[in-house]
Amino acid sequence: MSFRDLSLSVKIPIRVTALVLATAFAVTLTLLWGEYEELRRDLANSSASLGGLLATSLVAPLTHDDLWRAFEIARAPVVGAASGSSVTPRYVAILDAERRVYVSSDPVRFPYGARGETAFPLDRVASMLQGEAGGGNRFIETGDGDLVSVTAVTADGVELGVLLLGYSNAQFQPRYGALARRAILGTAGVLVLLLPLSWLYARRTAAPLVRFAREMERIGRRSAHAPESGAETHGDELARVEESFRRMVAAIEEKESLERQMVIADRLAAIGRLAAGVAHEINNPLGGMLNALSTFRRHGRGDPMALRTAALLERGLLQIRDTVSALLVEAKAGSHPLTPEDVEDARMLALTDGMARSARLSWRNDLQETLALPSTLVRQILLNLLLNAEHAVRSDGEIECRVHCADGSLRIVVRNDGAHIPGERLRHLFEPFAVEDADGSGLGLWVTYQIVRELGGSIAVQSVPGNTEFDVCLPLPKAA
Amino acid sequence: MERSRRAILAALGVGAWALASKSRAQPMLRIGLTAVFLDDEIRFLLRWRAYLEQRLARKVEFVQRGRYRETVELLREGHLDAAWICGFPYVRFRSELRLLAVPLFEGKPLYRSYLIVPAADATTRSILDLRGKVFAFSDPDSNSGFLYPSYVLRTSQERPETFFKRAFFTWAHRKVVDAVSTRLAHGGSVDGYVWETLRLAPGRLTEGTRVVSKSPEFGHPPIVVRANLAPELARDLRDAFTGMTKDTEGRALLASLNLDGFAPGNERLFDSIEAMWRIVQPG
Repeated sequence: MSFRDLSLSVKIPIRVTALVLATAFAVTLTLLWGEYEELRRDLANSSASLGGLLATSLVAPLTHDDLWRAFEIARAPVVGAASGSSVTPRYVAILDAERRVYVSSDPVRFPYGARGETAFPLDRVASMLQGEAGGGNRFIETGDGDLVSVTAVTADGVELGVLLLGYSNAQFQPRYGALARRAILGTAGVLVLLLPLSWLYARRTAAPLVRFAREMERIGRRSAHAPESGAETHGDELARVEESFRRMVAAIEEKESLERQMVIADRLAAIGRLAAGVAHEINNPLGGMLNALSTFRRHGRGDPMALRTAALLERGLLQIRDTVSALLVEAKAGSHPLTPEDVEDARMLALTDGMARSARLSWRNDLQETLALPSTLVRQILLNLLLNAEHAVRSDGEIECRVHCADGSLRIVVRNDGAHIPGERLRHLFEPFAVEDADGSGLGLWVTYQIVRELGGSIAVQSVPGNTEFDVCLPLPKAA
Repeated sequence: MERSRRAILAALGVGAWALASKSRAQPMLRIGLTAVFLDDEIRFLLRWRAYLEQRLARKVEFVQRGRYRETVELLREGHLDAAWICGFPYVRFRSELRLLAVPLFEGKPLYRSYLIVPAADATTRSILDLRGKVFAFSDPDSNSGFLYPSYVLRTSQERPETFFKRAFFTWAHRKVVDAVSTRLAHGGSVDGYVWETLRLAPGRLTEGTRVVSKSPEFGHPPIVVRANLAPELARDLRDAFTGMTKDTEGRALLASLNLDGFAPGNERLFDSIEAMWRIVQPG
């Protein structure tokens, strides 16, 4: 589980805490830097006054060439001062006018007569002495981290020598350590106060988000079509809110699609009822009229004009009956169960009709046995779909047909790569006379739809440019 | 309570008056001190002065000066009555001074000059190994701290001013030990008696030094009086010094001095110093 997956109720406080800590750190650092500067200033002041005092005391020993007295003076601040004081020089050295070591508090390190430049950056000492009137920083930092303060020993305006007070940076460490400890303790004190407050505040800030996320998640899970099988969803609340929102949108879209399909199905059902009603109403008088015509022809006077008119009437009435019977799809009795050969017959019929277009037909019939489905109706479905595909496909196009059994259903999939059906037409596709096609009756898909419904199955259509696919699913009747 | 305190105060007042009147009756005795011994131990000096005042029944003042020469000058000019000085100035001004007493160190009125080097220096075998080094003398009027090493150099046809890179005076034997142990100087000449006494003292100053060589024995720095001091006073003073072994306080003071006592002494003790002086002195 990574940091990203943590709850906001933890993450926001952690971030706020980190900010508080960073601020405290920065403030401590600033304070310490200030203290360090202060320390340096203290040292500068103390070394200036000590240097002045020693320089005055050294005038007589230097003029009298009293090495021992000079040594005692040089040694006094190093030995006599309280040890551990950060402003005690680590060594005192006196260079004579020729810049040789005259005496130092540490004769081993700076022996008598040693050339000054072996131990000190004399060029900087010289520039320091010249710029002494200017004040400012009176320290030279030597390579090994020592600070050296420089004071001229002068008598009557003549320089007798140079007094060097050496301080080690390491000397500051105890005092600096004490300062650092104080600063850290102070910061820790403030943090002890601030951290719980900021933690509390951050938790409060996070609380509504967390609640919102939980709520969203709850709603999202309830409406989710397929909850992720209890799989742990990672990420903080915001990530989970996003996920829930996505699922909700998907669910809403699916619901809307279902509703659209239901509307279509309802409309088709209403049309079906209307068509059936109208057909019945027409069929009854139609039967009578056809009977009457038959009677008239059989018992009429044989007037050729009348007979021609009767024949005309009969043809018209028969066309009406065909149309009406096409609207009125009914499971016709006496239809034998579907055999693989029935399916092959549909292929033959379709090929005969589709010769002219020379479209390729990719055929796959996986049926092995007889199915308890009315062969006439299934053949009609297959034929209708194949003929439709042949109409749609281009001359060098391809039609694919697959018939097979799956999950206790008969599946018929007919696909072509011809012109696709635009969305507007797709919506009214299965309505009668929806297709304003010159060569079609406009009833093929309607009849197909009615048959599928009659058989308790479903038909779905998908159409994108280059691929139009009808998928029919007919449930096989349960064996008694 | 109040009464008894007043009585004590009165008694103290009487005592103080008695002492003051006695001191007023007898002129103060001024004794010069030099760094031939550890003359910077003030507490000891106060005790010794009180002891002498009690023994002499007169006020005593110790007069300390930084250099032997000042003390000798004060004595010769009559500003001091007595002084503990080195054998070297004594032989130089023998006619103006009279030997009063000589300290007994390790049972003898004799001492040696030590050549010391820093303890870290394990190679130096004699002063002649210190050519071109920094050397610490105690006082130009000191036998052990200057005359003897100069004499040794002279017998090797050397002079301190040219033999050493740098020679300086610390004006006290203790400070020679200090200068050598801090390694300010690569070597130094010191009064053997002072070095041995320092070795016993807390502070461990001598641990930083190594004794390279010891000189032959010389007469120990004597206590002298000016030649014109009243003989009775001189006798009293000699008795006071030589009699220190006879009482507890005196013995305690001698123990502090790391001495066995004071003896009347003999002028001949210092002949060897005079002989060296004759050789070393220019012209």
